[in-house]
Amino acid sequence: MIGGFTLDLILLQLVTGVALGAIYVLLAIGLSLIFGLLNVVNFAHGAFFMVGAYVGVFLFGLTGNFWVSLVITPLLVGGLGLLVERFLVRPLYGRGIDYPLLLTFGLSYVMIEAIRITFGLTGLRLPTPPELRGAVNIGVGFFPLYRLFLIGITAVIIGALWYFIERTRYGLIIRAGARDPEIVQVLGIDIAKVWLMVFAIGTGVAGLSGILAAPLQGVTPEMGVPVLAEAFVVTVVGGMGSLGGAVIAGLLVGIVVAMTSLVAPDMAKVAIFTLMAVVLLVRPRGIMGRAGGLG
Amino acid sequence: MSSAASSSAETPVKLHWLETARQYRFPLTLAFLLIFPWLMPYEALAVNILILGLYALGFNLVFGYTGLLSFGHAAFLGTGAYACGIAVANYGIGWFAAILIGTTVATLTAAIMGVLAIRTRGIYFAMVTLALSMCVYYTLYQMQWLTGGENGLRGVNIKTISVLGFELSFINPTVKYYVVLAFVATAIWLFSRLLASPFGAVLEAIRENEERAKACGYDVARTKLLIFIISGAICGLAGALNALHLSIVPIETLHYTTSGQAVMMALLGGMGTFFGPFIGAATFLLIQDVASTITSHWQLFVGMIFIAFVLFFPKGIWGSILHWLEQR
Repeated sequence: MIGGFTLDLILLQLVTGVALGAIYVLLAIGLSLIFGLLNVVNFAHGAFFMVGAYVGVFLFGLTGNFWVSLVITPLLVGGLGLLVERFLVRPLYGRGIDYPLLLTFGLSYVMIEAIRITFGLTGLRLPTPPELRGAVNIGVGFFPLYRLFLIGITAVIIGALWYFIERTRYGLIIRAGARDPEIVQVLGIDIAKVWLMVFAIGTGVAGLSGILAAPLQGVTPEMGVPVLAEAFVVTVVGGMGSLGGAVIAGLLVGIVVAMTSLVAPDMAKVAIFTLMAVVLLVRPRGIMGRAGGLG
Repeated sequence: MSSAASSSAETPVKLHWLETARQYRFPLTLAFLLIFPWLMPYEALAVNILILGLYALGFNLVFGYTGLLSFGHAAFLGTGAYACGIAVANYGIGWFAAILIGTTVATLTAAIMGVLAIRTRGIYFAMVTLALSMCVYYTLYQMQWLTGGENGLRGVNIKTISVLGFELSFINPTVKYYVVLAFVATAIWLFSRLLASPFGAVLEAIRENEERAKACGYDVARTKLLIFIISGAICGLAGALNALHLSIVPIETLHYTTSGQAVMMALLGGMGTFFGPFIGAATFLLIQDVASTITSHWQLFVGMIFIAFVLFFPKGIWGSILHWLEQR
């Protein structure tokens, strides 16, 4: 017994935190990837998350199959990301770091209203797929199967992204582009295409986290608004532009939320931001951030 | 030093008339704001524009003049509004003292947030200020006994105010406008003096080249913090006035979308211009006023117009007008 809670309950809550953190990890990876390469803070990231959930609900209504929706949703949302980068963000390169941020902020308004016009103001539901209903015994107690699935799929996506960036030829170009875009261009690689792809991957992952989160929380046009602030906390805590940092910080934030919910459910949101304030005081560049920061 | 001064005295440079106008920007702005209610369809809208214009002006000090993009200014508008509103509604404190309390609390909030946020640089600053302001949002959201939580703070009722022994009806929109204008005018007078001072020149030096300003021996970090706090105080005053104007403080006042509103108004009007924020506030509220009578999806228009400005008119309305006049 620790503070009136059994060890099993604490461990179970820990796993809940990891499952919660999985969504944060996915969001922060997309945000971090786009920032690391394009130097763009995507303020529409929460809106892409929300669109992902709506596309998921729409495709589920069309096909009746969760798995098909899960595969197609990130492709469609990533496709939307392609258009946004090509026609809205690209004209702003070289015009100061604030402009893409301001543009994507305006874009989030447009995306939210477009969804309100198409799907209405009331929330929708995406049912948990029948294969993933119920709970399984994980040794310390029963745990919802869907949340376990969330942890698993996040691990798979992180692994795939890591392999893609660290072990493939395309990943090599992306890493080189992050370090010195000019030299990459001199070597005969169209850097604009690389940026386009990275923006699409980042927004696609945001869309994927949207459909994954949908069965847990319900789908509303405003669901991405608080998520954006939380994703920022994760990137600040982890260190901007660092994928490893995004993973560690995402899980940490999830666990902090879960543990606070155990003691004082009302203070869970406040705890996230307090964590960020502490990190800023102790280590302003974030857990895995590069020294010198991002001027 | 002395030779430079004497040479400029020998060859008098003909000032562009805009430069002359710039020296009288405070009286000119004040003159415009004095007749402003007659240009608007109704006076409550004029009061809204005046207050949100002050909010955008305070924000512009950080964004336009110092080059720091903050996404946390809702925290100052909000704490200013809540502190003033709580003083009136819960403790029955007089309106004037309540405005001072609101401004003070917002200034303190800005000091705490500033100390944390100034530690980060560049694009980080926007994210950190946003997250810190959301911390304030959730904290006040939970303090239901004091703030009314989700429902917002209600009952900030001021019916009459006494000024120098005169009883004035605060319900009368014309009276309300000019009472609010007295505060706004004081704030923009101080703002104008600040920009004209050597301190104002340091701000622009930081915006143009932070490293060089540092090399010139200016304490950049302390200047940034100070300007963040002054900006917070101005936005806090706007919040306090807004609480008295609306009689309620919605919880959304503290949300980061309200910070985004300041960003939009400053950019629409013209960042780094003195009068731009008022133009921006007027544009924003007029779009809202007109578009919301046609459709409930007015934010679609706001978003698209904002995107168009970012892409094609980054100088904003007033900034573009000034630029056009300078070319002539």
